[in-house]
Amino acid sequence: MSFIPPISGPYLRENSDVRKIMLLVMLALLPATAYGFYLFGWPAIILFLVTLGSALFFEMICLAIAGRSISTYTLDGSAILTAWLLALSLPPWAPWWIAVIGSGIAIIIAKQIFGGLGQNVFNPAMVARVALLISFPLEMTYFIQPVPFLNEGAPSFMDGLGIIFGGSNFDAVSSASLLDFIKTEVGQGAALDQVMAGRYQPENWLLGNSISSMGEGSALLIMIGGIALMFLRVISWHIPLSILISIALFASVFHMIDGARYPDAMVHLLSGATMLGAFFIATDPVTSPVTPKGQIIFGFGLGALVFIIRTWAAYPEGMAFAVLLMNAMTPLIDRYIRPRIFGRTRQGDPLDIQEEL
Amino acid sequence: MKLFRIRGGVNLEGRKELTAHKDVILDLVIPDLLHIPVQQHIGTPAAPLVEVDDYVLKGQLIADGIGSVSAPIHAPTSGIILRIGEYPVAHPSGLPALTMTLEPDGLDKWCELPKPLDPETASAKEIAERVSEAGIVGMGGATFPSAVKLNLGEHYNLDMLVINGAECEPYLTCDDRIMRDRPEMTIKGVKAMMKALGVSKALIAIEKNKPEAFHAMEKYAADYEGITVVDVPARYPMGSEKHLVQALTGRETPAAGLTADLSVVVHNVATAFAIYGAVYHGRPLISRVVTVSGRAIKKPGNYYVLIGTPISFLTDICGGFTEKPKQLLMGGPMMGQPIPNIVVPIIKGSSGILALTEAEIKERRAMPCIRCGGCVAVCPCGLVPLELAALIRHDDLTGAAKIGLKDCVGCGSCSYICPAHLPLVQYFNYAKGRLKADEANRKKQEKTKILVDSKNLRKEEIKRIRMEKFAKQKAEAAKAKLEKEAKDAEETL
Ligand code: SF4
Ligand code: SF4
Repeated sequence: MSFIPPISGPYLRENSDVRKIMLLVMLALLPATAYGFYLFGWPAIILFLVTLGSALFFEMICLAIAGRSISTYTLDGSAILTAWLLALSLPPWAPWWIAVIGSGIAIIIAKQIFGGLGQNVFNPAMVARVALLISFPLEMTYFIQPVPFLNEGAPSFMDGLGIIFGGSNFDAVSSASLLDFIKTEVGQGAALDQVMAGRYQPENWLLGNSISSMGEGSALLIMIGGIALMFLRVISWHIPLSILISIALFASVFHMIDGARYPDAMVHLLSGATMLGAFFIATDPVTSPVTPKGQIIFGFGLGALVFIIRTWAAYPEGMAFAVLLMNAMTPLIDRYIRPRIFGRTRQGDPLDIQEEL
Repeated sequence: MKLFRIRGGVNLEGRKELTAHKDVILDLVIPDLLHIPVQQHIGTPAAPLVEVDDYVLKGQLIADGIGSVSAPIHAPTSGIILRIGEYPVAHPSGLPALTMTLEPDGLDKWCELPKPLDPETASAKEIAERVSEAGIVGMGGATFPSAVKLNLGEHYNLDMLVINGAECEPYLTCDDRIMRDRPEMTIKGVKAMMKALGVSKALIAIEKNKPEAFHAMEKYAADYEGITVVDVPARYPMGSEKHLVQALTGRETPAAGLTADLSVVVHNVATAFAIYGAVYHGRPLISRVVTVSGRAIKKPGNYYVLIGTPISFLTDICGGFTEKPKQLLMGGPMMGQPIPNIVVPIIKGSSGILALTEAEIKERRAMPCIRCGGCVAVCPCGLVPLELAALIRHDDLTGAAKIGLKDCVGCGSCSYICPAHLPLVQYFNYAKGRLKADEANRKKQEKTKILVDSKNLRKEEIKRIRMEKFAKQKAEAAKAKLEKEAKDAEETL
């Protein structure tokens, strides 16, 4: 029997589009990003642009080498989004080469070598973040006390260039992030409430007047963006909610056991990369499970890992590691967590009629 | 009535307003030529009973059904058979098929029709036989011979008939119009079907977006015992047989099974209407209501059309095109067939002719899958379309079959939702076709192998018998020799 491939529909399509999804995610990131620019000034803006520019450059080179359509795939927005997320997780005054190396790792190694959009197993921005953290621990943990725009002592554009591209001895108050600070102090035997006194004001984290990466300062603004994405159905609630609940659960239990050692759930939820990770990074469709149930398992495991790494591992921040570890679990989750096929049992056998009657 | 939830599905823009409010145009002129394919149903093609130059009367049997799953075909009007040969048809393969071309004489003279049946007094068998003789097939597009489905009571314990008036495909309004304009006839048809099936209960399911049809049907159903009209949510693919039954009864048809396994048989509204004609008036299926729509059509509407009418004739009647259509379709936009050529004819299963513009189709370039999970969420069959597609792309058809390729009903919800615009259904249909072809090949090879094996076996048997015979002869000879020697010895003694 000869075989003729049939032509098929459907001849209707919903208005969804990969490019549109990427664009909406970027729009949702805008408030937190703009606030980061405001807090950390010109250097942050310059660093952000360097990250995006270099990512686009690497993307185009890779596409050219692979012989794929540069216009189609560069414009799909995925490279810009990756760079955007990477930039938000960099220390706001990091030197330019951190941004360039980060973009290179994210685009070339974590994305294009795997086969480009949709093919990568690991979240490119997080691969870059972890690689940078391990290779350049000093630069990657150089956080500063924010000096917002228009405030006295805020860096000018020229200062910004100097800070990012080197050669300037701009005077900034450097500082450790809260999680880092808690870790060091409690590790040295200090009681938590003493450590926290004066450093922890929840309203600051909500608004974002904190010592943090460029875009992770304001838990509130990130949350607003994330919730908007849920309403637009770009992301579903399963991953963010299960991550947040999981982190809160673990933190609360340990806080109850020993309040002098373990900070409460609020500290964990509002600081570091928790919100950005839960709403924008872990929800990356390419590297997370495709079924709602799988996504809940993914989120719960991710939250647990964040807590474990923050609490007991050598790093004060666990989000990037946790994301990568759960990315590695995704194929496994998708293999075993799948919907039941219509008319079949979970094992795949046809339903029994007698049983149904 | 309490309804049950079905998995997945999509909310489609109905686009039914193009035609839904217009009365069906009944009095079309007869086209110059009618092209009547011998295969308008699922099953064995019908065999022509006429020859070129034969004069036929309207309603005369011109091709007879062959075997148990087939349907006869009747002349849609009186005239002369001009030609019997290959002609373009709307078929997924895009290949031409055996077609009888009829040149109408314009008199539209009926042949003598069988006597009307009264469902009250006629036996179930008589009704089913009448439906079979009338060549009625599933008119929602499935085109499965209706009589075969009416006879399911012989093997299954049935208790309910479901009439599918969901019409969940966008644009199509032909069933809607039948229910609005001919509710009484349709319900009489339903009554006859209930008799044939031997069931006392019938549910007529209509999507909520057709309130006029619902009220019209409900008004007439009130006169009949056991018939209930139900409005079901307007959510695609509500009209998928097994899913409709699940929505109505909460029960899932087993994989590879029939709804009859759940004691339910499903028929389409237009089929019920055709069965009314066959039972109450002895009329064979020679015409049907067709929706002609799409924004490329100047005057969209519903038309009562003779089977065999060329599409071009219909589009002309509709005032031609507003712009060059991007896609011509037979059936709905979700599951319909592309029309290779504007001369192809209307057949029994043609619910609609659509001429869609570029803007309506929104065809866009396919991107890589971003694993968004949208397709998993909408698949009414619980499949993981992105994984199926990936396996098929790597030519792993067995792998795809293992994760449920054959359970896909081809509804297209996954392609509809996919933000990467992947032609998912295209992959699935391709793979299903290949698997079927492979299966057929394997069966053929098995058959040959059995033949060869049996031939070998026979050869060996012959050889064995020969050897046995030979051995026996030898033994006998030896015995004879011994006896002879003994005898000789005796004699010498
Ligand atoms: S809907 Fe399309 S892009 Fe999304 S997972 Fe399915 S195939 Fe991939
Ligand atoms: S076409 Fe098949 S795989 Fe796609 S949604 Fe429909 S049943 Fe599921």
